[in-house]
Amino acid sequence: MNATLHWRCLRAVIVREGLRFVHQRERFFAALVRPLVWLAIFAVGFRAVLGLSIIPPYETYILYEDYVTPGLVAMIQLFNGMQSSLSMVYDREMGSMKTLLVSPLPRWYLLVCKLLAGVLVSIAQVYVFLAIAWFWGVQPPELGYLAVLPALVLSGLMLGALGLLLSSFIRQLENFAGVMNFVIFPMFFASSALYPLWRIREGSPTLAWIAGINPFTQAVELIRFALYLQVNGTAFLAVTACLALFLGAAILAYDPGRGFWARRGGPAEQG
Amino acid sequence: MDCFDTAPPDPQARSGDAAAAPVLAVEGLSHSFGARAALDGVSFGVPAGRFTVLLGLNGAGKTTLFSLITRLYNTRQGSIRVFGADMRRHPAQALARIGVVFQQPTLDPDLTVIQNLRYHGGLHGLASADIEARAGEELARIGLSERADERVRTLSGGQRRRVEIARALLHRPSLLLLDEPTVGLDIELRRQVLDHVHDLCRERGLAVLWATHLIDEARDGDGVVVLHRGRVLAAGRVEEVCAATGAATLGDAFARLTAKGTRE
Repeated sequence: MNATLHWRCLRAVIVREGLRFVHQRERFFAALVRPLVWLAIFAVGFRAVLGLSIIPPYETYILYEDYVTPGLVAMIQLFNGMQSSLSMVYDREMGSMKTLLVSPLPRWYLLVCKLLAGVLVSIAQVYVFLAIAWFWGVQPPELGYLAVLPALVLSGLMLGALGLLLSSFIRQLENFAGVMNFVIFPMFFASSALYPLWRIREGSPTLAWIAGINPFTQAVELIRFALYLQVNGTAFLAVTACLALFLGAAILAYDPGRGFWARRGGPAEQG
Repeated sequence: MDCFDTAPPDPQARSGDAAAAPVLAVEGLSHSFGARAALDGVSFGVPAGRFTVLLGLNGAGKTTLFSLITRLYNTRQGSIRVFGADMRRHPAQALARIGVVFQQPTLDPDLTVIQNLRYHGGLHGLASADIEARAGEELARIGLSERADERVRTLSGGQRRRVEIARALLHRPSLLLLDEPTVGLDIELRRQVLDHVHDLCRERGLAVLWATHLIDEARDGDGVVVLHRGRVLAAGRVEEVCAATGAATLGDAFARLTAKGTRE
């Protein structure tokens, strides 16, 4: 089986996700409005409350908007990753998941295609958000917009793989509310997205420790450093390791030999 | 190599009497979910050019059987071979020869007809030019050429089914699987879809496996496999099954077989 076939498959999955995204305008605006609300309302109010000292990668005093922007970028990717897990559940209920899985290409490859397509969509959202944030006064170095791209790919893959893994445990669409409460909110709030770790430590060392090992914190820091033209080695390794772990587990969960398909009799066993 | 290698790895199937060897060969297939046995020693074959009805009530094991043949999950006991390619050892070769129409609708309603077909073609590694040409042929065949750029949402239920059949044929499979494809269609549309697939079967020499619980969907000359509680009670041509059970119609034969099968 050669590269041409793999490429055609990947292209088809990306085109489909792209078209679906374009057709669902509400989804696009929701994805954009959410971080903008944080930036335009929350950040302005919070600016007065929170004093920030100079911490890497920043070399001068910064406004709170500058601090929170990388966190909001990661939030876009977090929601996107979880939404793609929702769409996996939706696809499974609607049967279009089966269409994907009867392709003769290896199943792990099909899942990776799906994941990559989702990441590309999230990156498009991120750049639109960064463009609006620029007009709002959040202006990282110009080269930072390029340097952040590999970081976005990596963090997007990691968060998407987590969504993929979760999707293998969710049986019905209604359970997405549970994902919001038990995954998205804790990951977002117990992280360095909204306030630096040293600030959290002042309040609660335990919470700071939790935030420190939160994969989402690592994604935020990877993006933050890249946007200011620096490499955060720890974050890079942590995000890569989490990606390997989540993706490996997701591939196992969807494996035709073991995962939930064989145990549960696939989607909606009808006889 | 620019497409999937569908040459049978089994030299016997390649050289010998390929006409006699069934396209789909299921042997000693068993599957259970926990303690519940969904399939128990299922064996049958579907030859080329034969419209074969997989007849069974709800819960007979039809969906499990389809899930195994499409490798949604692995075969644990027994074997499934498509043109000699074993599903467990050569899944890519086996899957490349299968076209599937699932029970649930699987077209993307927000995408156009042609976009849906392109997606499927891509998943099977077809070149864009091939996809356009074949999609054009298949849509012309079902009389939907002019709807190619319309969203699937705007099509009727019968039209969507026919698009799904066209999509399943895009990669030129030898075996077409349909899982209760007439669910939700009225009598007239049901007849049209049945006629359509019978024509395909005859004209292209396709092996067709059509799962249903509706006895009247099996016609004289068709093959029939009677599945009941995970076991094959009878298999052969409709006339043969009737003769073997001493019944006048397939409906009677089915009633006798399942009554007996339930007692055992």
